[in-house]
Amino acid sequence: MIPAAFEYHRPTDLAAALATLGEFGDEARVVAGGHSLIPMMKLRMAEIGHVVDLQDIADLKGIRIDGTAVWIGAMTTQHELIGHQGLAAAAPILRETALQIADPQVRYVGTIGGNVANGDPGNDMPALMQCLDATFTLAGPNGSREVAARDFYEGAYVTLREDDEILTGIRFEATGGGQAYEKQKRKIGDYATAAAAAILKKDGTSCSAASIAMTNLSDMPVWSKAAGDALVGTACAAADIDAAVAAALGDISPNADNRGPVEFKRHVAGIIIRRAIEQAWARA
Amino acid sequence: MSKMHLKLTVNGEAHELLAEPRELLIHVIRERLNLTGPHIGCETSHCGACTVDMNGRSVKSCTVFAAQANGAEITTIEGIGAPGALHPLQEAFREHHGLQCGFCTPGMITRAYRFLQENPSPSEAEVRMGMAGNLCRCTGYQNIVKAILSAAAEMNTVKEAAE
Repeated sequence: MIPAAFEYHRPTDLAAALATLGEFGDEARVVAGGHSLIPMMKLRMAEIGHVVDLQDIADLKGIRIDGTAVWIGAMTTQHELIGHQGLAAAAPILRETALQIADPQVRYVGTIGGNVANGDPGNDMPALMQCLDATFTLAGPNGSREVAARDFYEGAYVTLREDDEILTGIRFEATGGGQAYEKQKRKIGDYATAAAAAILKKDGTSCSAASIAMTNLSDMPVWSKAAGDALVGTACAAADIDAAVAAALGDISPNADNRGPVEFKRHVAGIIIRRAIEQAWARA
Repeated sequence: MSKMHLKLTVNGEAHELLAEPRELLIHVIRERLNLTGPHIGCETSHCGACTVDMNGRSVKSCTVFAAQANGAEITTIEGIGAPGALHPLQEAFREHHGLQCGFCTPGMITRAYRFLQENPSPSEAEVRMGMAGNLCRCTGYQNIVKAILSAAAEMNTVKEAAE
């Protein structure tokens, strides 16, 4: 499978990348690891006149942790996330999630920026970013702006990023708590049939804060405030978790596809959300 | 569409060539450089038959534009061992019957080569995780895992003897 012809650009700084996007408008697309974009180009489902490769832009790389403040450059690969000791201590759920994405070869090149910016409902990082209440930085022709992960997604492949903007980095506060990402997939390399991220904080025997988000159970990632609210102030007993699962299921609208009909997806979602909550609580 | 001037180092040898940006790395390796060890299997980044080592990372070369690889150091199965001078992984795949038809083997060994550099003494479970991006449709994975564990032990013995 050979993609349609395109012009290739490899700028060495962000300004040059933005200038290229500005020049070619919606004919241009940035490529990070390329493992979402290139298959679509090979299938000729995406025709891109100008590919702007971000690999040489040093400002988009790296992981910085300053106290509880974490910044991750958009071009940081899943492999780099997995291997970063500071990050594993600050927010272990990132490593747990990244390890469940695709396979080793894909994780060497797949980036966190591509994963969150693409807007594919099957990508795992968007729900995790909502669970963490992360903020994305978007650079455009008129400077940078920040958008909360919980506001960024509008539908499948539709986000608040404009065509002439590049997602440059992600920041969030690593405030601890018990964390878990649970994912059901048919096989290695598949997207989730259902996946859920949970972060729970414990004060004595009761839950003092809870954040629950889900992957591939709607056209976009779903952060369920109601599920979190159902747990706060409780001891996360069986009935409390039942209530949280029911609340989370109330916030999703899965689509039937080759992973199963809607009923099956809701069934799997219920199990996965429960596992994520139980695991996070056990770790809190 | 204009061609690009590409520089690649493949198996230690410098190559310069003209290629269209849309050419995939696997096609450049197989058809321009005549290195037909890496195979085209699924062509959709699932099977791992096209795995090569690029700048110290295992990549599926069916899903990399040659343009993205401009300036890269690449190792293919041809650079890992040679007839008469097999790499311990190649010896171990032969010894443990880690291949049947052999189609997946270059990708398997090229991936295992990088995996063992990152984790020289893996557990069986770690081998299975580390090799999860390579599919075999005939031998099954049991003997592939056995071969990699055996090669790891052999390589560690050789390393210790050298120290």
